[in-house]
Amino acid sequence: MTVEVKVIKKPGRTLAEQAYVPEIAKGLGFAMGRFFKNTFGPQAKKEIDTVKYPEEKVEYPERFRGIHRLTQRSDGSPRCVACLCCSTACPAQCIHIEPAEYEPDDPRHGYERYPSVFVIDELRCIFCGYCVEACPCDAIRMDTGMHMPPSTSRDHFIYDKETLLSIPGRDGTYLTANPRHEPGDDTHPGIDRERGH
Amino acid sequence: MTTTFLVTSSLVKVLVILLITVGVFAPILIWAERRQSAMIQDRLGPSRAAIVLPASAVAFIDRARLPMWRLAALTGIVAIVALVTLTFVALKGSNPLPISTSSLTSSLIAFGAASVLLRAGYGMHSMIIRNSGKIMLIGLLHPVADALKFIFKEDFVPPKGDKLLFSLGPIIALIPAIGAFAVIPFASSLHWDYLDQVLPRTGEIAGLVVPLQVASLNVGILFIFAIASTGIIGAAISGYASDNKFSLLGGIRAASQMVSYEVVLGLTLVPAFMVYASLRLEDMATWQHDHVWGIFVPPLTLAAVTFVVAAIAETKRVPFDLPEGESELVGGYLTEYSGMKFGMFFMGEFVEVVSLAAIFSVIFLGGWDVPFLYRDGFEFSLPFVSASYSVPVVHWLVVAIQFGVFLFKIVALIWFQLMIRWSLPRFRYDQLMSLCWKGMLPLSLLNILAVGAFILSGWLDGWVAFFEKLF
Ligand code: SF4
Ligand code: SF4
Repeated sequence: MTVEVKVIKKPGRTLAEQAYVPEIAKGLGFAMGRFFKNTFGPQAKKEIDTVKYPEEKVEYPERFRGIHRLTQRSDGSPRCVACLCCSTACPAQCIHIEPAEYEPDDPRHGYERYPSVFVIDELRCIFCGYCVEACPCDAIRMDTGMHMPPSTSRDHFIYDKETLLSIPGRDGTYLTANPRHEPGDDTHPGIDRERGH
Repeated sequence: MTTTFLVTSSLVKVLVILLITVGVFAPILIWAERRQSAMIQDRLGPSRAAIVLPASAVAFIDRARLPMWRLAALTGIVAIVALVTLTFVALKGSNPLPISTSSLTSSLIAFGAASVLLRAGYGMHSMIIRNSGKIMLIGLLHPVADALKFIFKEDFVPPKGDKLLFSLGPIIALIPAIGAFAVIPFASSLHWDYLDQVLPRTGEIAGLVVPLQVASLNVGILFIFAIASTGIIGAAISGYASDNKFSLLGGIRAASQMVSYEVVLGLTLVPAFMVYASLRLEDMATWQHDHVWGIFVPPLTLAAVTFVVAAIAETKRVPFDLPEGESELVGGYLTEYSGMKFGMFFMGEFVEVVSLAAIFSVIFLGGWDVPFLYRDGFEFSLPFVSASYSVPVVHWLVVAIQFGVFLFKIVALIWFQLMIRWSLPRFRYDQLMSLCWKGMLPLSLLNILAVGAFILSGWLDGWVAFFEKLF
C-alpha cells in the first residue's frame, strides 16, 4: 500500500531577505510611517489607543455589572419588599436586610414589607449579579455603569439604604423600565394577605 | 589678557558642551526614546507627570489668557507693518519716511519676537487650562521625576563585591562618553574682533580667533577612539565587581563585543582620513565645507553605513544589546546597580548616542557646514547657470546659524538612531561576532582598498570637481 505524501516546500528566504539591508529599510520605513502619522499627522488619522484615564473614560459595556443601586417607586420609597431573596442568594453574604411593616393606615400594610435597613458591603461583594437575578421586584440593579469609587477607608465601602437609593442608573433615572402596580391602582390585582389569594 | 581670555573661553566651551550633552540632550533623549517608541506602537508614552497648580493660580492664568492673545495680535500687526514698510524701502532704494531704516529693522525684530513669544505663552496657558490646572509639558517632566527617583533610591552595593571598582565602573563608563566631545567642532572659528561685520569669504583674518571646539588636537579622531575604548573597562570592571555571575557574564560579553567592534570602527573611518587627508575633525569639516559632504563621495557612503553599524554595536544598543537580556543574563553588568550609579550608566548610554550623532555628522554630513552659507553670508546658485543671489550675513549670525544647523543634524541623527533602536530585532551573540569578523571587517578593509584606488586613479578629484560645478 502506498501512502500518499504531500510534500510541502519549506519556505526559503529570498536573496533580498538574506541580504538583510532591504528588509531593514522596509522595517524602518514602516516604523517611520507609523511615527509620522501618530506624531505629526492630522488628528483624525492618528491611531493612538491610549486613553488618558481620569480625564477620558471608556464607556463600560451595556451589561457591565457596576455598583448596586436600589430602584425607587414613583413616590421615592424603595421598591424593595424585604423578601430577603437577594441576601439568601448572595454567595458572598454581603447583603444585610432588616425588614419592617408599613404603618397600619398605609395601603401597603399587610400586603408587603419594606427594608428598614439595607446594607451591602461592596468590599465583600464579588459582583456576581446573583442578587439582581434573585430579586422578584426588580428592586436591586447593577446597571449604574460605575465601579466603586476608590477610598482609603473601609467604612466608605459599606453602602447603606440611602446611598443605594441615591445612585442613578446609567440613563440617569432612579426608576426601572418595569411598571409597578401599587395597591389601590386600577391595574393592581387586589390580592393581599388579609383577603387571601 | 589673551591667557585669561583663552581660559575663560575654554571654560565657557566646556560648560556649553556639558550643558548640551548632560543637561539637555540626555534627559530629553530619555523622554524622546520612550515617547517615540510609544508613537510607533500607537501608544501615548510617558505624558502624565505633572505639577499641579493651586486653584488661584489657575484662575489667574485663565484671566491672563485673553489679554495675552490680544497683545500678541497687536504686536504681530506692528511687526507686519514694519515688514511691509521695510519691503517698500528696499524696493524704492531710499528711505523717505520720518523713521530710520535701522530702527524699522529693530522694531520688526523686537515686535515680531514679542508676538511669537506672547502667542506661545497663550498656547501654554491654554494647555494648562485644558489639562485642568496641571503643567504637563507633553511628558517632559518624566526625566525630572526619574532623576529624583534615582537620587533618592537606595544605593545598593553587593556585600561581597569590590566596593571601589563597583563605584568606579559607572564613572569610567560616563566620563569617556562626555570626553569625546572635546574634539568636536561646533561651528567654524569665531573671529572675536569682527563679530558684527561681514567678513570676506576667503583669506586669512588677523586678530583673535576662537576655535569653537574645546581642544584642537592633531590626533583628533584617534583621541575619540582612545577615550571611547576606556568605556570597555567601565563595563568589564562593573561586571567583575558586582560579585554576581550574570553581571560577570554580561561584563565579559560587553567587553568582547566592544573590543571586536572597536577594530571595525577604526577601520571604517580610515577611508575618511584618506579622503580628507587629516585626522583633525575641524579639518574634515572644513574640507567638506570647501568641497562636498563626505556621504556623497561613493566609497565614503559605504564607510558611513558600516560606521553606523559598528558604532551602534560599540554603544551596545539594540539590535546589538547583547550584554543585557532578561531571559539569559537578567540585566547583564547592570544587574546589581541601582540609584544614581545605574543612572550614570543610563546617562552614559544616551551621551554616547549624542556623541555618535555628532561624530557622524562631522565626518560624513559636513559638521557645521550649511549648504550655500559661506563666511560672508548666503549665496544661492543654480547648477549650470551663472545666476546667483547672495545675502550678506554678519559674522556672529553666520556662526550662530552654523551652530544651529549642527545641532539640527545631531537631533536628526539621534532620531534616526532611535528609529533603528525601535524597529530592528536583536542579533544572537554568535551572529553579532560573525557579522563583525566575517562581514564588516573584510568589507571595511576592501573599502579602504577601494578608496585608495579611487584617490590614485584621480576619480576623487574628478568627482569633487563635478560636484563643485553642480553647486
Ligand atoms: S453581586 Fe453577588 S456577591 Fe454582590 S451582593 Fe449581589 S449576590 Fe452578593
Ligand atoms: S432587593 Fe429584591 S430580592 Fe432583595 S430583599 Fe429587596 S425585594 Fe427582595
